[in-house]
Amino acid sequence: AGPAGPSSAGAGGGAAMDLFGDLRRMNKRQGSLYYQVLNFAMIVSSALMIWKGLIVVTGSESPIVVVLSGSMEPAFHRGDLLFLTNFHDDPIRAGEIVVFKVEGRDIPIVHRVIKVHEKGNGNIKFLTKGDNNEVDDRGLYKEGQNWLEKKDVVGRARGFLPYVGMVTIIMNDYPKFKYALLAVMGAYVLLKRES
Amino acid sequence: LRKNVEDFTGPRERSDLGFVTFDITADILNGKNGLQIIFDWNVKQLFLYLSAEYSTKNNALNQVVLWDKIMLRGDNPRLSLKDMKSKYFFFDDGNGLKGNRNITLTLSWNVVPNAGILPLVTGSGHVSVPFPDTYETTKSY
Repeated sequence: AGPAGPSSAGAGGGAAMDLFGDLRRMNKRQGSLYYQVLNFAMIVSSALMIWKGLIVVTGSESPIVVVLSGSMEPAFHRGDLLFLTNFHDDPIRAGEIVVFKVEGRDIPIVHRVIKVHEKGNGNIKFLTKGDNNEVDDRGLYKEGQNWLEKKDVVGRARGFLPYVGMVTIIMNDYPKFKYALLAVMGAYVLLKRES
Repeated sequence: LRKNVEDFTGPRERSDLGFVTFDITADILNGKNGLQIIFDWNVKQLFLYLSAEYSTKNNALNQVVLWDKIMLRGDNPRLSLKDMKSKYFFFDDGNGLKGNRNITLTLSWNVVPNAGILPLVTGSGHVSVPFPDTYETTKSY
């Protein structure tokens, strides 16, 4: 349908009509599925770009992690969010909080570095321990592995926010909650379209 | 910040094991020692640790945490510890403790906020500790 806005008095009348016409056209378009899908795709790509951008800027494959266990209490609790960096030139030093993955396992562990032995050529090996644990992490490492190396590090904890990561844990532990959430979001989008 | 130490080494399998006893006197709130008032509304706790740093033939840099303590906001901010034994075994990666004259002990702390950045701060005082040239076999720890 073509523009059919009200005419206004005066010289600006022509421009006003065009403006109204554009608005009407946009309104009609907004209702279309095509527009909504594009809108959704744009939101998803933006989110992805921001995440990938963070990975590049921080140097860490996973710059934001959720604390999963209580082994670093009372500093961090289950559900806290940690912000990591992993700059290549940052040396690993005793006292730092690192997030690492044991070779062959998926789960990142957040603990503190308690021993460091670094060679002149930059080769470094270190030992970690959770603040809340009695013993060091050797029991968590691979069979026969006594030290961690730089390649095991996901990042160093630089900042933290409490509780925020709880949503991820709930969705992980109660998949029904995840589906319910998706159903609600889907229903919202559909209903919005109807009106 | 003052630390006094006496020490001796003992042989343990293939690596040197060091034994250190120390005193720590620290006043976290007192600005005199370079530690400003740290416990503000956004500080949940301090993770204090005493680390030994030294070089050996095997490794250019070694750091071993000997002792640590969690100090929550509200805890007594004055530390007056005497004759403390190291909490963790002071193993070297090799035999670099024997005759090593230059082991530096430093007190550092990790500030854990209620939310925000996690800084690592090193205390201004540090103490140099020499290990003797021989192994001690009889002393009990």
